Amino acid sequence: MAALRIRDLHKRFGPVEVLKGIDLEIDSGDFTVLVGPSGCGKSTLLNIIAGLEKASSGDVEIGEAVVNDIQPKDRDIAMVFQSYALYPTMTVRQNITFGMECRRVPKARQDEAVDRVAKLLQIEPLLARKPGQLSGGQRQRVAMGRALVRDPKLFLFDEPLSNLDAKLRVEMRMEIKQLHARIGSTIVYVTHDQIEAMTMATRIAVMHQGSVQQFADPDTIYNRPANLFVARFMGAPPMNTVTARLEGGPDGPVAVVGQGADAIRLPAPAAVGPDWLRRPVILGIRPECIAEPTRYFSEDPAATMTISAPVELTEPTGAETIVVLRLGGEKVLGRVAPDVRMPTGAVGRFAVDTRKICLFDPTTERLIA
Amino acid sequence: MRSTRIAVYGLVTLLACIYLMPLLVVVLNSLRSTPDIFRNGMIGLPHGLEFSNFTEAWSGLCIAEHCTGIRGYMFNSMMMTLPATVISTFFGALLGYAISLWRFRGDMWVFGIITLGVFLPEQMKLVPWVLVLRDLGLYNTVAGLVLIHVIQGLSFTTLFCRNYYVGIPQELMKAAKIDGAGFFRIFWRIVLPLSPPILIVTVIWQFTGIWNEYLYGVTFASGDHQPVTAALIALAVTVSEAPKYGVQSAAVLIAAAPTLFVYLAGGKYFMRGLTAGAVK
Ligand SMILES: Nc1ncnc2c1ncn2[C@@H]1O[C@H](COP(=O)(O)OP(=O)(O)O)[C@@H](O)[C@H]1O
Ligand SMILES: [Mg+2]
Repeated sequence: MAALRIRDLHKRFGPVEVLKGIDLEIDSGDFTVLVGPSGCGKSTLLNIIAGLEKASSGDVEIGEAVVNDIQPKDRDIAMVFQSYALYPTMTVRQNITFGMECRRVPKARQDEAVDRVAKLLQIEPLLARKPGQLSGGQRQRVAMGRALVRDPKLFLFDEPLSNLDAKLRVEMRMEIKQLHARIGSTIVYVTHDQIEAMTMATRIAVMHQGSVQQFADPDTIYNRPANLFVARFMGAPPMNTVTARLEGGPDGPVAVVGQGADAIRLPAPAAVGPDWLRRPVILGIRPECIAEPTRYFSEDPAATMTISAPVELTEPTGAETIVVLRLGGEKVLGRVAPDVRMPTGAVGRFAVDTRKICLFDPTTERLIA
Repeated sequence: MRSTRIAVYGLVTLLACIYLMPLLVVVLNSLRSTPDIFRNGMIGLPHGLEFSNFTEAWSGLCIAEHCTGIRGYMFNSMMMTLPATVISTFFGALLGYAISLWRFRGDMWVFGIITLGVFLPEQMKLVPWVLVLRDLGLYNTVAGLVLIHVIQGLSFTTLFCRNYYVGIPQELMKAAKIDGAGFFRIFWRIVLPLSPPILIVTVIWQFTGIWNEYLYGVTFASGDHQPVTAALIALAVTVSEAPKYGVQSAAVLIAAAPTLFVYLAGGKYFMRGLTAGAVK
């Protein structure tokens, strides 16, 4: 069952079109992450789902009912904000019960619900405090508590972790994911952080300039990005994209990167249509698909190809070493094991995982194969 | 460096002395007996303290042929100032809240028109108020003056409160709407509890402004309905006929006491509130 459906949604602020025809269908129990660069319209979309902002055109359905003209309070949703938006003069307990108070829930039921949520989020010792007396992480928990206490059809999160420091952010990320696994609610989660999207989502909608670029599970988003924007936005460091030319070969199509003696010939996906032969394409390959020559990618020996390429720079991160190399003259990044030494300026040997190569149309920037 | 510093302090002290001179004269005279003032002139130190000036000013002084002191006029002023202050502050908060936190079509126009009142001189509004009070039957009543001060005060109180409330984050409003709170519940439960700093500012501003106001007082009230500022003008007539400087000085001081008290008690909060934001 679709918990949330959005149909051809447009939003204009004066002359500026901020959302340009959004279509999404989110299943009950899904953890959907809306990810995109800042200013792409994520918060606006979330506010429209919540009813805090009116769409210029299009429909929002929650639980199979059109809610376009329904007040936020009657949409059966809960929302967590980036700034937490805790009521500063109320105690933590009052913050959590305010929604129930507005809905005239009996006092005994309120207390019961607060106890349950406080236990779940381990904020029992904080109930009598004011938000001003809490740390960032504690405020974040209280904001979650205020949402969880209501057991709504839909949870909306607007960048809830972006005000936390890096360490706490990683912890809370896991906690929210576990929480979702435990209570199985439907969540729409907005972030500009692609790592949050990859780690938490069951489905990801990548947004850019007011439209959804791709809506799929994290695996597909990462390995089969629908276009160059998605390819370059997801992943850190991002996917390498270089121009190449397609040629026919005895074992299927071959992508040639570079020219003359430097040229490197990589097997292209077999699915690419014959009309692309002898035409320029954009070849995409993830940095982790370029590794030290001893790397074993797959049982299939044809999956791995060994190439030689000059090393320009190495960046050891501890867990791995990022290598800047020249692939057929084009600058690309590889990721090699930390104990492998690659002398700068010399020619190195690299194993390339050819199964993960993507091809994009250079004019439309869409994935070809 | 040091010498310029001394010069600056010297100048400031001199100016302060000049500025405070009238107050000093009034305070000293309020403690002097009438014969003492006659013998030694208006300016001089008291020979013995004459506190009876204050009791006479309070309950015996003759103003406009009534010899009951300024007691009744002080009461009129209080009955005018207290309700007008409270009501104008309350509605200023409500208006400021509506304008700053509930965007509606033309909200900036409404705000602009309301605050235009800040810049209109009192004299300009005299005739319209005459007509309004006459038609409402509130001429020469305290209620009429309260109405005037509430309406006039709204410009300032709305301006103060609106400028304070724009500091309340929109996300707080959104959270409250999703929680199911409406216009008034958000006002009572979320906005008003955040408001003490700005409410103190508006109350002090309104109280001193309304208490000291004089033009409407003389225009729209007469006889023993007048606020004390207006009554003190009648005093001026008595002063020129049969001067009792001691008593009259005491009367002026009593009339000024409430605003002086408000200033001394709340001035600190006034300065703090003007610079405070709604949410830290
Ligand atoms: N109330 C508004 N009036 C005018 N423009 C707005 C308003 N709210 C958002 N915008 C614009 O819409 C675009 C998308 O904003 P937003 O949804 O907040 O982006 P995101 O959350 O993805 O960072 C931005 O360019 C922003 O400037
Ligand atoms: Mg945003």
